[in-house]
Amino acid sequence: MANYYQKDIETMSRDKLHELQSERLVAQVKRVYESVPYYRDLMDKKGVKPSDIKGIEDLHKLPFLTKSDLRDAYPYGLLAKPLSECVRIQSTSGTTGRRVVAFYTQHDIDLWEDCCARAIVAVGGTNEDVCQVCYGYGLFTGGPGLNGGSHKVGCLTLPMSSGNTDRQLQFMEDLGATIICCTPSYAAYLAESAIEKGIIGNLKLKAGIFGAEAWTEEMRHDIEQKLGLKAYDIYGLTELSGPGVSFECEAQAGMHVCEDHFIAEIIDPVTEEVLPMGSKGELVFTALTKEAFPMIRYRTRDICVLNDEPCECGRTHIRMSKPMGRSDDMLIIRGVNVFPSQIETVLLNCGMPANYQIVLDRVNNTDTFDVEVEMPSELFSDTVAAISKKEKEILDALKSMLGISPKLKLVAPKSIVRSEGKAVRVIDKRKLF
Amino acid sequence: MIINQLSVFLENRAGQLSEFVNILAENNIDLQALSISETQDYGLLRIIVDDPKAVEAVAKEKGWLCTVTPVLAVLVPDEPGSLVSILDTLSKSNISIAYSYASLTDREGHACIILRVDDNEVTEKILKDAGIICE
Repeated sequence: MANYYQKDIETMSRDKLHELQSERLVAQVKRVYESVPYYRDLMDKKGVKPSDIKGIEDLHKLPFLTKSDLRDAYPYGLLAKPLSECVRIQSTSGTTGRRVVAFYTQHDIDLWEDCCARAIVAVGGTNEDVCQVCYGYGLFTGGPGLNGGSHKVGCLTLPMSSGNTDRQLQFMEDLGATIICCTPSYAAYLAESAIEKGIIGNLKLKAGIFGAEAWTEEMRHDIEQKLGLKAYDIYGLTELSGPGVSFECEAQAGMHVCEDHFIAEIIDPVTEEVLPMGSKGELVFTALTKEAFPMIRYRTRDICVLNDEPCECGRTHIRMSKPMGRSDDMLIIRGVNVFPSQIETVLLNCGMPANYQIVLDRVNNTDTFDVEVEMPSELFSDTVAAISKKEKEILDALKSMLGISPKLKLVAPKSIVRSEGKAVRVIDKRKLF
Repeated sequence: MIINQLSVFLENRAGQLSEFVNILAENNIDLQALSISETQDYGLLRIIVDDPKAVEAVAKEKGWLCTVTPVLAVLVPDEPGSLVSILDTLSKSNISIAYSYASLTDREGHACIILRVDDNEVTEKILKDAGIICE
């Protein structure tokens, strides 16, 4: 028996849903055109007027927004409401150059939390549940999003935030957490730790909502078996609100997009042409209801496939596959977005050469993140202390830029293989896609 | 005596040291002293040879990362307790040692200790004043 948080919307007929989307799109485009000069310029350049948009069939006429638009317009350039009406920001991890700061009105937060509540109810959550949220709280959207959703459902919410595994397990055991929300790799780690401590049999977990990083079906089975729960995927991005843009239902066969709030398209990342349903391509989202930071045709750079076949759960909203890769060079390491260019910037600032390589792997379900860099002769010294000091300086700079710490490996000059064409900067052995 | 030491960056993989020492052999260079500091990721080879600048040039030519640093060479009688007098003297003068190692060759009943300190001149004077042979 399927559970819904907002049954009328989640099971609305496709025709009605299209009507609703069209109506919302027309209003949203008009409002954005009038209130966001940056997007108005993009529309004018493309020769599109709000009056040209009469429904979702006209969506393809609108210009795209990309991460570089977000950077150019940082911080207020895409704001569609006066700051006096905004109550919150959330931000992506990362750096000055790439940071995304998204604004929310109270209404925006309300709708975002609705989406997260749908995800929690979809995995069987009710007001009888104890929901342990171990996503980070703060600028990261994971914690605040699921926390809000959990409140809406009426679960007893444990706002644990990330880290401190001993305490996580203690609360999980003592308070009988039934639902857990975190990254899949942290779930795997919690499972290992619970087994080691011998408390796995005392846990009451029934469902896990795991997102913010890529994971495989094998990993899903592994986590399900060890923690004795059903593991569900969730998707979202700060630009659009946060987690809950799409989520898995009990069928565990793709994530339902909250289509009353977001229109999903798949495009060819090179030609930017819209591809038919079922094609693999770059995912593009249009936020229909967001007030403060309304993204229109935002290119996520995530490669995936949409599926409009009816789902056994009764939800009519289309499903998206897990992201199968990226159409840019962004890496997701332990749930954090990392661009190789950020690492390059740090190395150059520290007086290191741009001869580096990023080596990623997954050991015991946790990402390993090594940065190998060639030691330049000016920095070489006869004492380990002097070299270590330099290493620490680089590591600190990397940590502050990326939000996570890689392992730094100094290697001999010319030892990183030079390629004829584009340098091979990333060796990803994780095989996630 | 203040002498020049050659330090070489070694990657942490089998064969690195052998590869470097081969260069010395090919160029008929005698190793008088050698030490290796190891870290998790790399090794630091320090050697004393007759003409470190020339060896540095040859090694750099072959792509090795190396550097020449002046260090202090001190002769001590090859008998128990002789290192103690050096260390006591340095410690009383509040001089700290970054690293130290001993020469491979016997010098008429004396061992040669290599010392890396901040100020070679000052340290040498202190040791000489204490009656320690700095060659």
